[in-house]
Amino acid sequence: MKFFTIKRVLILGVIVAAVVCLLPTFTNTWPHKKINLGLDLQGGMHLVLEVQSEEAVKAEIDRTISQLKLDLKNEKIQHMGIDKTADHKIIAQISGADNRSAVEKLLSDEYAGLEVPSVKNIDGGIAFTLRLPDKESDSIKKMATEQALETIRNRIDEFGVSEPDIRIQSGNRILLQLPGISDPERAKGLIGKTAQLTFQLVDEQGDVNAALAGKPPVGDEILYQVRKNSGTGSQTRTPFLIKKHVELDGSHLTNARVEFDQFQQPQVGIEFSRKGSRIFERITGANVNKRLAIVLDKNVYSAPNIQDRISGGKARITGHFTLEEATDLAIALRAGSLPAPVKIIEERTVGPTLGADSVRMGLVSMLVGGALVIFFMIIYYKGAGLVADLALIVNILLIGGGLAVFGATLTLPGIAGIILTIGMAVDANVIIFERIREELRAGRSPKAAVDAGYDRATLTIMDANVTTLIVAIVLFQFGTGTIKGFAITLGLGIVASLFTALILSKSIYDLILANKQSDALSI
Amino acid sequence: MQFIKPGTHIDFMGMRKLGFIFSLILILAGIVSLIIHNGPNYGIDFAGGTLVQVKFSQKVDVSDIRKGLDEIGLKDVSVQGFGEQGAHEYLIRTSSDADALGNQLSDTVSKGLKDATSLEPDIRRVEMVGPQVGNDLKKKALLAIFYSLLFITIYISGRFEQKWTIAGITAGALMAAVYFLSVFNLSMPFLIAAALVVSLVLFWYLQLQYAIGAIVALIHDVTITVGVFSLLNLDFSLQIIAALLTIIGYSLNDTIIVFDRIRENIKGNSDHSLVPDLFNRSINETLSRTILTSFTTLVVLLALFFLGGEIIHNFAFAMIIGIVVGTYSSIFIASPIVFMAHRNKKG
Repeated sequence: MKFFTIKRVLILGVIVAAVVCLLPTFTNTWPHKKINLGLDLQGGMHLVLEVQSEEAVKAEIDRTISQLKLDLKNEKIQHMGIDKTADHKIIAQISGADNRSAVEKLLSDEYAGLEVPSVKNIDGGIAFTLRLPDKESDSIKKMATEQALETIRNRIDEFGVSEPDIRIQSGNRILLQLPGISDPERAKGLIGKTAQLTFQLVDEQGDVNAALAGKPPVGDEILYQVRKNSGTGSQTRTPFLIKKHVELDGSHLTNARVEFDQFQQPQVGIEFSRKGSRIFERITGANVNKRLAIVLDKNVYSAPNIQDRISGGKARITGHFTLEEATDLAIALRAGSLPAPVKIIEERTVGPTLGADSVRMGLVSMLVGGALVIFFMIIYYKGAGLVADLALIVNILLIGGGLAVFGATLTLPGIAGIILTIGMAVDANVIIFERIREELRAGRSPKAAVDAGYDRATLTIMDANVTTLIVAIVLFQFGTGTIKGFAITLGLGIVASLFTALILSKSIYDLILANKQSDALSI
Repeated sequence: MQFIKPGTHIDFMGMRKLGFIFSLILILAGIVSLIIHNGPNYGIDFAGGTLVQVKFSQKVDVSDIRKGLDEIGLKDVSVQGFGEQGAHEYLIRTSSDADALGNQLSDTVSKGLKDATSLEPDIRRVEMVGPQVGNDLKKKALLAIFYSLLFITIYISGRFEQKWTIAGITAGALMAAVYFLSVFNLSMPFLIAAALVVSLVLFWYLQLQYAIGAIVALIHDVTITVGVFSLLNLDFSLQIIAALLTIIGYSLNDTIIVFDRIRENIKGNSDHSLVPDLFNRSINETLSRTILTSFTTLVVLLALFFLGGEIIHNFAFAMIIGIVVGTYSSIFIASPIVFMAHRNKKG
């Protein structure tokens, strides 16, 4: 009988392929595809962010309102207030009923994107209700999420994380997987910074204290300058009365970098685009001896007095930064602002020491469990136990090779899945061996007993494994993060054990029985 | 070597009442505990909240940790030792999420603990799950359980009775029932229970004896495992859901092997008086395999339980209970139910 039958060559081929795929994980050889370790094993941070995309819609409404006010002023139409409601509608109260047609013309010419659900006559005028169509606000929300994703990706790239995985999870949620991150808190601070930079004038006429006690004058808002004393950790908050109108914003930035002042204090130097420079020059020229506040995410960083017109398009942000804070702020400004604030709704951070511990403990329990099963099988089934053990070892090789080939991620529950497979994979062999023993007791020859054993056990083994495979598939579909890793190893383990029990160990038996004349079978 | 000598003959069918009573006691204990505790003890995966695992270089007092956390304004916390004795590792849990705690939680905790214990704590793990995400995960877990049950039901009714048409009808009826009920906006656990009842009634009506036996055994195994977790007040996390589903797969695996033998032995038999004996013989013939496989699986799970570390501890524990209960149920619950259904049909 020939040794190299097609079947045996195929079996050997599969095993060699598994070994080749598994090797790069340990030796960095061809094909260079390692088994990825999950964040729970190598340490790292898993974050789910929710983009507050409603805020982007709100900002769009605000922009529309101020544009409308400007247009009405140009058209010399008086109004008694244009306000937004909680459900994103704009109510424009126009003075004088005779302005109706002029406003309607303006709306249809310049604001064709807005729906006008109602026009009502009110005391002394007309009230127009305007709203963004649902399609429009949905698209703003979607854009906000996509833009946030892009911005966060840029920030993470600049921050320097190797192999980050950043994508939209669903709707307005962004999933970040940052392996091996050494300072998770700093990364979170950088990711979560909205970084909306604006230049707004300080209202020199208004009185801050009066505004604090009552209401700020129309067109003004109260913003604070927060100073943290690094020694005591206490905060001081200085209020400023700031004009709401934004003179210039961060979208005109071309660069931001850390600089040092004469006392070696870190500060962030920014450069404007050509258009930004012109605007900056005009603002500073028109407001000499007034204060221009540099506002970042609704916090006043500084409000220097404008001494003279500033050309050249350069400015700097000072604010008692530490070097780290200045670096992160520069990164955030360079990468652009988030179109809407983000909120962290899920975080799972594993430190590198815990990850290493998990790997060690997982491997130890795998080795101990595996060794116990291997010894037990030899004691219980003698020669046949060796066949089952060989099948078991090949099984683990196949799982490892499969993980590497599919670029799957090995997690701690994934290791548990492999350990479970070790215990359950011998089952197929046990079913076959018990059958063979029965057939031998019934007085059949070894070859007939082996054939009958495999024959009758095959269907049972298939049946029994399909149920676990169903579970593995469902878990893969619905599981998140580390649980997916469990589903993968469990599923791979089942497929591998079908192969090793039904094809590999059968083939070994055929080989043994073909070369052996004796009628004793070690089982 | 042999654990079970050939020709062993244990009268399992005769012991079925004892088995039923034993199982009933276990199930009732679990259900009572679930009622008292107001449902499973959800971990932060499902309930939402924050968990911080810290390690110190030497022994610290739990009261010092509490004091440190109190100082930084963390109220409503539980602090417990974690891992091996002498690891000086602690698990801090609170139901608050990032909304309440701010984004720089671990820095704050680290500082608070350092002030209170004058040791530099090593923050080994932080998990924060917002309430919305917790609800989503809960829903996903229940959907996973539902779909596993659905597909498995289809598979066993089709495969066992060779009636794929009926299996299809069963699946359709299940989906329809669940869809109909979901119109009323009922909660997921209720839908799953309803789906189970519908499938049991259908199987009974269609006289799918094996399918009834298998499903009852599954419900039995999962209820007891969940009950034990509730009795011991252990956390119910995503890992435990994975364990429960694997237990379903494993328990069915066991049940199917016994059923296959019953079907094989019962084929062509028309003598009523031999039926109890045939069932007993089938169980006895497969007993060796049943015990061996459960044994090897238990061996590896015990290795995982004792050596695998604290994070995977509860998963291993759930699996151990599930394997023991699953093995027991395929002999003492699933098979006797098929036996009774069989007798009912014939008689």
